[in-house]
Amino acid sequence: MSPRIISINFDKPDAHKLSVYEASGGYGSLQKLFTMPPDEVIEHVKNSGLRGRGGAGFSAGMKWSFVPKDTDKPKYLCVNADEGEPGTFKDRKILQLDPHMMIEGVIICCYAVGIHTAYVYVRGEYVKPARRLQAAIDEAYAKGYLGKNIQGTGFDLDVVIHMGAGAYICGEETGLIESLEGKKGQPRAKPPYPAVIGVFGCPTVVNNVETLSALPFIMNEGWQAYAKLGTEKSTGTMLFSISGSVERPGVYEGEFGVNLWDFIERSTGGVRGGRKLKAVIPGGSSSSILTADEARSTYLDYESIAAAGSMVGSGAIMVLSEEDCVVKALEVVARFYAHESCGQCPQCREGTYFISQIARRIENGEGSMEDIEKILDTCPLLMGVTVCVLADSIAMPAKSYIEKFREEFDQHVKEKHCPYRSAERKSAVL
Amino acid sequence: MKAAAQEKFAFNKENEEVFQETLKKYPTKMAVLLPALWLCQKQNGHLTDEILEYVAGRLDLSPVHVYSVVEFYTMYHRRPPGKYHLQLCRTLSCTLCGCEELREHLAKRLGIAPGEKTRDGLFSLEEVECLGSCGTAPVMRVNEVYCENLNLEKVDKIIEMCKADKPLEEEPMGAH
Ligand SMILES: Cc1cc2nc3c(=O)[nH]c(=O)nc-3n(C[C@H](O)[C@H](O)[C@H](O)COP(=O)(O)O)c2cc1C
Ligand code: FES
Repeated sequence: MSPRIISINFDKPDAHKLSVYEASGGYGSLQKLFTMPPDEVIEHVKNSGLRGRGGAGFSAGMKWSFVPKDTDKPKYLCVNADEGEPGTFKDRKILQLDPHMMIEGVIICCYAVGIHTAYVYVRGEYVKPARRLQAAIDEAYAKGYLGKNIQGTGFDLDVVIHMGAGAYICGEETGLIESLEGKKGQPRAKPPYPAVIGVFGCPTVVNNVETLSALPFIMNEGWQAYAKLGTEKSTGTMLFSISGSVERPGVYEGEFGVNLWDFIERSTGGVRGGRKLKAVIPGGSSSSILTADEARSTYLDYESIAAAGSMVGSGAIMVLSEEDCVVKALEVVARFYAHESCGQCPQCREGTYFISQIARRIENGEGSMEDIEKILDTCPLLMGVTVCVLADSIAMPAKSYIEKFREEFDQHVKEKHCPYRSAERKSAVL
Repeated sequence: MKAAAQEKFAFNKENEEVFQETLKKYPTKMAVLLPALWLCQKQNGHLTDEILEYVAGRLDLSPVHVYSVVEFYTMYHRRPPGKYHLQLCRTLSCTLCGCEELREHLAKRLGIAPGEKTRDGLFSLEEVECLGSCGTAPVMRVNEVYCENLNLEKVDKIIEMCKADKPLEEEPMGAH
């Protein structure tokens, strides 16, 4: 069994209530926190090796240390609860099942960086999770964990929920900042990074919900206890959202460094209906696809998955069985990025649409061999040339789908139809 | 005979209070744009030109700014949706779990294509991207309620519940 840190309360009844959270030691880290100088807290988190769980995997403590100390401007925390990466559904669990753990993490982060206002940017669809979170925030205010002079320490902190309104790009940190300011969520060119110039022109930390939820453990048990878990560079545990063609899809917490397929199989019971494994998409739809063999021989940590040519991303693992069509998957994924491109960079705006149209044509049996090459030729034109990496997020997977499952694409062209469609239909009625 | 002058849009008393409270939470007025639009949509169901001008006025923003922001986001309704707005997910995990068949079924059953509304105004259908509920795919949001682990029978039941005006409940969220 993997150790459980973030999901430890998920199966406790009423874990979202303050009394239940407190009964299991919740908010216990604050006593220690307020006796430590803020810089020491940052060092502590740095030493734990905790990396961002929103997708980029950047060291949390390092990011905090980039915030200027000598500024007279206010500083802000933006909690990223936009959760839009297809396949990801773990922040919704945290918000709904254990919101206090995140709030405790917010307090830790804000104290360390000297922040007095935190905005939680929740995707517009998450009405119920947002209600749960608001109730938890209200309870925390009433108990003196938030607000003025927290626990008599003189430290003030306000937490405000801000609802998004339907746009994947607002999960990108500078898109989020623009959106929070009341604009279209179009990402900004970096540098300057948000740590220096973020929301309202002020230094800003952007962290994912899950990243923050790991902080109470790190404060309570010490950074050594966290760093001991996982591998040298991928420390601790992560919530993996596993979906697609598996028996028991769901959110499973795993310690880094385990065998990828082993973990999926142990957690979910393996491929649905006893079918054969075809492929695994390990880190959200922005990540490159792994063949069954690759999934079986790869380990689940940032370095190993990168070495296999993909990424851990947001921990969204999607499983394809022998009856699932890779061309269909590309059509659906490409359509997503075309739909979600914010439109400011021409390469992204046109490129995502171009790829999605061709993928659709091939899937519908109307594509040609040149069409397959056209996608492959387009991919490099989308990489590393835009303000944010949304364009890369379709270019990399598209290339990998075609390179690793070329025969499926060829078959669609030659047979002029999707050979999986009938099988797909069959599986759908089950 | 003169048509009764249409009443001008303004926040009702309750929403005016929420609006005033919200203003205090941000250092700029512009930041209150998204919350203000949500509030208007809650009050009126959809966002008319008049409402957008009203919001621009309340927040000292140019109307063009407000229009362009509203267009950017998918959840603001510029036209009245059906009483039950069905948002069926079409992204990868839901596709792998059979959402295409549900879409065809819904379209046939309601006699509308995605993007349309039934003539009686009861249902509107929209295909949306990943709803963050892929572990319980296929998924559809009905107004604010997540309907998960769908199949044809469940979809039919949901339609019947809506027609009978019975409230839909979210399934309790499991530990996984
Ligand atoms: C197109 C795009 C979409 C993103 N969506 C999300 C998201 O929904 N949630 C999230 O936490 N991070 C998302 N990110 C990553 C954020 O930009 C940022 O790295 C993250 O919020 C930082 O927090 P962390 O360091 O705690 O992970 C996205 C990035 C890109 C490029
Ligand atoms: S793919 Fe449908 S909810 Fe994520």
